[in-house]
Amino acid sequence: MIKSIILLGLAILSAPFFSAIILKVKAFFGGKKGPPLLINYYTLLKLFKKGSVYSNSTTFIFKMGPMVSFASALTVLMFLPIAGNNPIVSFHGDVIFVFYLLGLGRFFTIAAALDTASPFEGMGAAREAYFPIICEATMFMVLVYFYKLTGQLTLASYFSGSQPSGLWHLAGAPLFFVIVAIFIVLLTENSRVPVDDPTTHLELTMIHEVMVLDHSGPDLAFIELGSFYKLFFYSTLLGRLIYPFKTQFPVQDLCLFTGSLIAVYGAIGITESVMARFRMDKVPRFVLASFGLVFFATILTMEFIR
Amino acid sequence: MKTDFLQISNGEAIGREKIPHLSFDNFYRNALSIIRVGGKVVHYFAFSDKGKIKLMAVLRKDTLKVASCDAPDVYPSMTSQCEPFHMFEREIAEQYAIRPEGHPWLKMVRYHANFLNRQDVFGNDYTRDIPGNFDYYAVEGQEVHEVAVGPVHAGVIEPGHFRFNCIGERVLNLEIQLGYQHRGVEKMLPGVAPKRLPVIVEGIAGDTAVGYGLCMSQAVEALSSLQADPGAQIIRTIALELERIANHVGDLGALSGDVAFLPPANYFGRMRGDFLNMTLLICGNRFGKGLVRPGGTRFALTEEIRKALNERISELTPQVKHVINLLLTNSSVQSRFDDCGAVTKADAEKLGLVGPAGRACGLPYDVRRCFPTGHYGQLNIPENAKPTGDVHARATVRGEEILQSLEIITTLLSAPVKTRSIENRKLSLAPSSFVVTLNEAWRGELSHCILTDADGAILRYKVKDPSFHNWNGLSMALRDTEISDFPLNNKSFNLSYCGVDL
Repeated sequence: MIKSIILLGLAILSAPFFSAIILKVKAFFGGKKGPPLLINYYTLLKLFKKGSVYSNSTTFIFKMGPMVSFASALTVLMFLPIAGNNPIVSFHGDVIFVFYLLGLGRFFTIAAALDTASPFEGMGAAREAYFPIICEATMFMVLVYFYKLTGQLTLASYFSGSQPSGLWHLAGAPLFFVIVAIFIVLLTENSRVPVDDPTTHLELTMIHEVMVLDHSGPDLAFIELGSFYKLFFYSTLLGRLIYPFKTQFPVQDLCLFTGSLIAVYGAIGITESVMARFRMDKVPRFVLASFGLVFFATILTMEFIR
Repeated sequence: MKTDFLQISNGEAIGREKIPHLSFDNFYRNALSIIRVGGKVVHYFAFSDKGKIKLMAVLRKDTLKVASCDAPDVYPSMTSQCEPFHMFEREIAEQYAIRPEGHPWLKMVRYHANFLNRQDVFGNDYTRDIPGNFDYYAVEGQEVHEVAVGPVHAGVIEPGHFRFNCIGERVLNLEIQLGYQHRGVEKMLPGVAPKRLPVIVEGIAGDTAVGYGLCMSQAVEALSSLQADPGAQIIRTIALELERIANHVGDLGALSGDVAFLPPANYFGRMRGDFLNMTLLICGNRFGKGLVRPGGTRFALTEEIRKALNERISELTPQVKHVINLLLTNSSVQSRFDDCGAVTKADAEKLGLVGPAGRACGLPYDVRRCFPTGHYGQLNIPENAKPTGDVHARATVRGEEILQSLEIITTLLSAPVKTRSIENRKLSLAPSSFVVTLNEAWRGELSHCILTDADGAILRYKVKDPSFHNWNGLSMALRDTEISDFPLNNKSFNLSYCGVDL
């Protein structure tokens, strides 16, 4: 248990660092030096030192948005089997709880965006509400699949210890489809290229960024932190599938887990560097492809298991 | 075709008495008949001469044609018959309070009081200093929502207001309102000392400093019978082409950044600087300010500089080719650029699009080929019209123009350029004369027109930036396009705000 708490602490502290890896990879492809690896900490510090500005037209909903989305992302980490260790909290059906906790965070971000009554934010909110619906279908298909394989409904039963290698044993090659599908969901949920562009300054093309335009100072810092945790959550799921083993040596496990995380973040950076983002009306097709993949994987595996 | 308009050539000064002064009905009929068979408006403006207000039109088809007439207070709008007059009539109504009756969208261009202190056509009170007191084109319906962008934008760019009427993500109509940078350029220019003229003109639109300087210098040269020597004309050509390359390269980079494809964005960003630095090497200013002056150029091209330029060009050319290729052949970029914001050729004709924006819609017009001045007469400028009119076409046209310009510069730099640098000289303009100069600046046909009075002072200085034609093209491109594609389309046109705001 203590180990799990220490790991959670490490995750909370290191999540901003991993996000900076994406920036470094992108800078490398662009022929630039890129920002320092600790850039996100500097940004957070800067934001926490500032004050927040609130528009007269907003209500308490607007102030709640950042806190709820941050808290939900933080809570989700407590269910996460970090580096193969058991999570702090786990119960039957916690996967569903976890995904709806993330949904709760999104709901309040959207509500806060609508609260500003800005047409930009309204548009962003509409887009943000639309695309994750398809992600949800994918993630639940993944759960159906994993439930079929393991007969259990907890994150720990899929991702802790050497469980992921068990999944590989049971499912085999179709698990590649799941990895790709979760990667697509990761890109969509965390507003990365090719779905969204986290670095653009053009309000009309933004999805997630435009919804947080009106937040400032510590509020913005909480939103940023929340998004780092969310990305860390999805990356851990993928990382565990890439490196599915757990050995007797905790340090070695931690190092290899970190390596798999860097691989996932690096893959995000490479994806962002080698392709342009999709036109808005093509995004649903892209996200829907992830559902198709998992669905296909499920059908394939069901046949073989029988 | 028989017409009462007088045929003139680019950059040729003629006595004002030679310009046919028609009756308004005759003027109206002739102008419309030229435009109806595919002619375009270069200039259409009003000026006041000895207390009388006159209208003057410079039109182009295969040749340039000019005529003037006395302006009535109210006249039947030409726009209702022929679309290319649209912006020009609005401008005249604003500057000289002449109402075009039946104009489909009579609205202020720059929001300022007219030049004559007459009763305002629009009924505005200009003592209140907040522009924006006007109606916007509105679409009615429950599902329609309006999005207003600007004039203050999320970036260090110029001010302009964009009003979208959308259904969901689809844009039904975009209206663009400019004028937030109105400085009164045209009102000021007639009064300034000739010495200050180049400095002011170069500052009208800073990214086209060479183009503006060139138009003004050629006009003043024609009026004062000066001639730039061949060496100076070559340097001017090099400077204009460098300006074109730097801007196109920068815009292709920005287009790439807008679709979140970062490598070309970074490379082009760096190369834009390299090309600006070449202009810096020639004249000590990255944007070419202070280079072109009436009578020649203020800086000669020494052998040392020529060698350095040659080296830089030969080093950059393969890099530019490579990155253009990287951008335009990437499948994910193609899927964004293709079919995005297409303007049909018929619409482009009606709007009178010029420059790369026009060429992307299949209008091959290029001043460098059609009405060449200076050294351009000796160059072979290829046609590069593209039929599709979408973002991809605009990007391709720009990419090709970069390569063409590089070739032109390489050719011009292959032999020593001899010229004498000139300083500001005393200018005396021919009295009662008229001149119009056209140049293909990087955005397209840039044109200046100067009228002098009986004492040789400037009576009217008319400036027309290519963006004056092209802003409505952007509006048209956005019809039925996703609102999220607006920044991409905007960048593919990259029009000038200050060039229109004057």
